[in-house]
Amino acid sequence: LCPQVHSLQELRRSASLATKVFVQRDYSDGTTCQFQTKFPPELESRIERQLFEETVKTLNGFYAEAEKIGGSSYLEGCLACATAYFIFLCMETHYEKVLKKISKYIQDQNEKIYAPRGLLLTDPLERGMRVIEISIYEDRCSSPSSA
Amino acid sequence: MSVMVARKKVVRKWEKLPGRNTFCCDGRIMMARQKGIFYLTLFLILGTCALFFAFECRYLAVQLSPAIPVFAAVLFLFAMATLLRTSFSDPGVIPRALPDEAAFIEMEIEATNGTVPQGQRPPPRIKNFQINNQIVKLKYCYTCKIFRPPRASHCSICDNCVERFDHHCPWVGNCVGKRNYRYFYLFILSLSLLTIYIFTFNIVYVALKSLKIGFLNTLKETPGTYPSSLTVLTVLEVLICFFTLWSVVGLTGFHTFLVALNQTTNEDIKGSWTGKNRVQNPYSHGNIVKNCCEVLCGPLPPSVLDRRGILQQEESTAQEGSCPRGPGTQEPPATQGPGQAQEGHSALSPQVPAPSVSDAELPEEKQRTPGELPVPSPDAGRAEH
Repeated sequence: LCPQVHSLQELRRSASLATKVFVQRDYSDGTTCQFQTKFPPELESRIERQLFEETVKTLNGFYAEAEKIGGSSYLEGCLACATAYFIFLCMETHYEKVLKKISKYIQDQNEKIYAPRGLLLTDPLERGMRVIEISIYEDRCSSPSSA
Repeated sequence: MSVMVARKKVVRKWEKLPGRNTFCCDGRIMMARQKGIFYLTLFLILGTCALFFAFECRYLAVQLSPAIPVFAAVLFLFAMATLLRTSFSDPGVIPRALPDEAAFIEMEIEATNGTVPQGQRPPPRIKNFQINNQIVKLKYCYTCKIFRPPRASHCSICDNCVERFDHHCPWVGNCVGKRNYRYFYLFILSLSLLTIYIFTFNIVYVALKSLKIGFLNTLKETPGTYPSSLTVLTVLEVLICFFTLWSVVGLTGFHTFLVALNQTTNEDIKGSWTGKNRVQNPYSHGNIVKNCCEVLCGPLPPSVLDRRGILQQEESTAQEGSCPRGPGTQEPPATQGPGQAQEGHSALSPQVPAPSVSDAELPEEKQRTPGELPVPSPDAGRAEH
């Protein structure tokens, strides 16, 4: 009998990919990186709407933080310019730091929420920041009646 | 009997990237294919500065002040650093859509437009978005199979979609886009200052020497002797600086105007925001200082191309498709089995541009290729694009 709840590793080994859903970018706020919070119909039966929207909203918040124009970003820009951008050889930019936070968050979400439901989020960075790719897995040995 | 697949060489993603770029230093450096004019730029800058430091500076440092060569050196180093940054970095290339994603978008387009009967031209693929209360159209790129973000454009020379595409500059041998515009601007600014500086001090040098031995004597010293070769070189430097001044300073002025209005060269050429029936620029903050700050000192997004990531090989026994970035990004390449890896591999192989290109796209792309035929005349700033 297949276990009902999947860990990430089990998902990769035992499940087969059924389809993929792509959450597109939302350009209503300009060229800043934001994703649409519209709930894809393919996920209707797999995950609660609120959880999905929560994930996308948090991601949008992270990207807004990365691209925030303000005092600290100007300071970073001016300091980098003053050193002829050599400082980037040894320092990580604010944007890169936030991207690391994002990938950690996505991994976290995958482990806690998405993998148990047979779904997998792909970091938008892997897709050129164009889409959030959600892979929907089917159980190979799923039985309609629960054990 | 176990078969060990010995991988001779690690294949990195840059080796399989579509588009017409060249990569150096194992993917660390990214440039356009035609680099001839870039070498000319390097030669002119290095040559002129070498002559200046070797000859005029020695005289002027003694006669006037040792600060003169020091300041020139600072300007020179800054100009070279920004030039190399502009030329070698990723301008903001948007990677092409993988087959799954492209198919998904095609389905969406068909759902909106409906199936087109045979023989009829399909309607242009455009999505409308509202930004800051103004409607902006997103165009579909047939080569990259994506809807281009606003302000992005497809460079036909490099065959890539580039974010906030400004222009393709043959003088730096690369596209100028979101990620390297500030370096480009600082390069032309520092080059303008450097040119003015060298020009001025060459004039000062000739003036000082003339005061000592007379102007005519300065000019007509006998050939073959040490002072004569100096004069010829000085005149050469003055000529180079003179022609460079007109073009580079003009270009710097033009780009200062663009930065103040938060516009790109591409938008300016196409007249996207000018004219009565057009929308106003929705990206401008309305304030010159704010626009300048955002364009020159705003946050810098990292490259999404992952040129040095290791490409997943089907034959490899060890699944180590880890990108050198965060811990979380390891998962997706490693999760997918051989089928997925193959798909990823084939998606990265060079794609043939789609033969059916709508009329709306063709004239635009032709407009953007003045850089393809490099115009060496240093006159109008725009001709350099």
